[in-house]
Amino acid sequence: MIAIIDYGMGNLRSVQKGFEKVGFDAVVTADPKVVLEAEKVVLPGVGAFRDCMRNLEQGGFVEPLLKVIADGRPFLGICLGLQLLFTESEEFGLHRGLGVIPGRVVRFPEGMAENSEKLAVPHMGWNQISFRNRAPIFAGIDEGANVYFVHSYYVKPEDESVVATTTNYGIDFCSAVWKDNIVATQFHPEKSQQIGLKILKNFGEM
Amino acid sequence: MLTRRIIPCLDVTGGRVVKGVQFLELRDAGDPVEIAELYDQQGADELTFLDITASSDGRDTMVDVVRKTAERVFMPLTVGGGIRTVEDIRRMLNAGADKVSINTAAVQNPDFVREAAERFGSQCTVVAIDARRVPGEARWEVYTHGGRKPTGIDAVEWAQKMEAFGSGEILLTSMDCDGTKDGYDISLTRAIVDAVSIPVIASGGVGNLEHIYDGFTKAGASACLAASIFHFREYTIGEAKEYLKAKGVAVRL
Repeated sequence: MIAIIDYGMGNLRSVQKGFEKVGFDAVVTADPKVVLEAEKVVLPGVGAFRDCMRNLEQGGFVEPLLKVIADGRPFLGICLGLQLLFTESEEFGLHRGLGVIPGRVVRFPEGMAENSEKLAVPHMGWNQISFRNRAPIFAGIDEGANVYFVHSYYVKPEDESVVATTTNYGIDFCSAVWKDNIVATQFHPEKSQQIGLKILKNFGEM
Repeated sequence: MLTRRIIPCLDVTGGRVVKGVQFLELRDAGDPVEIAELYDQQGADELTFLDITASSDGRDTMVDVVRKTAERVFMPLTVGGGIRTVEDIRRMLNAGADKVSINTAAVQNPDFVREAAERFGSQCTVVAIDARRVPGEARWEVYTHGGRKPTGIDAVEWAQKMEAFGSGEILLTSMDCDGTKDGYDISLTRAIVDAVSIPVIASGGVGNLEHIYDGFTKAGASACLAASIFHFREYTIGEAKEYLKAKGVAVRL
């Protein structure tokens, strides 16, 4: 069973419906005990890093999450669920994350431009992923596939070997990480139509 | 490279998609969930539902439409029309919406936008601006209540203020162009795009594919919204994207 952690941040229904669509049962849960018992865990999340981290702490999810990850159970982080894995984030001051992956979450630089047109932040819309390290979750996904992003901050891992995909938006940034049983994407598979559903299916089969 | 987005807009009342001509003569354009699925297959980049009833009964119907749509299509959904409280936002997000667009309520209480952005994130807080050119001048005034009520607020200043209050995107509709099929208001859209650093969606006036091209290139919009040219099958979204690609615009095919 796949547990989707509900800590009051964002649209979880689409993640659940996405798994159902590709044939996997997924429960949305606000109960840390359910997380501890799950075969696989998904940490979604949109909003501000600080609020997400606080809600994880107040909901009693930090210990169960670290245990699930340490046990080697498949873990999928989406958007903020990727960023929260890192040591710290610069969003609204410096805030500590779960510290599972050493590195920092930083904002897109000011004044980025492309073809003399400035690049808006948030980075919002469909952009391509380029593979650095093809994680099993990306089986059957083409190089350059378009996926849906919406974010103003991106992750900078200290160890480049965890970078699974990169995406270009003014700069090349890490758009997914893969480390053992951990996969996490800056983009939203649950909003990325057929490509996104294929990624969710691959996770279900891990 | 980030691709430019094409967003079909579905005006919904009583659980049906309708399309008015100059705000009159509402024509039935079909079932919202079926139309959403059709646009999904055609490769729409997002969908926007606009609740044009804005009564409390209509709101329940809209929540239901969003819920059913989110079960079947897996792309970003925005809901606008009558979003006035944090509870309105929560209901739409819980039903499966990713963003809400706030229009009249933002003008009445700008702090509502700040509250929405702090609570749910800038990424889901779209501010919709309905603007009309001040006759004889190179500036535009914000209107509310579906474009009926002038506010005296300058549209460019308002867009900047909404960005500062945490809005993550601007949905900009030209009241002068809406329904004309003569194209987007390029100078209005360009003025707003240049004044803010968040994405701007051009809306109002599209009648052919060249208008969409101009919206991206001349006006610099991140996304173009259109309704009737897609609803009445004048063009498919795929045709629009093929056209744009041939002219060198980065689109997702």
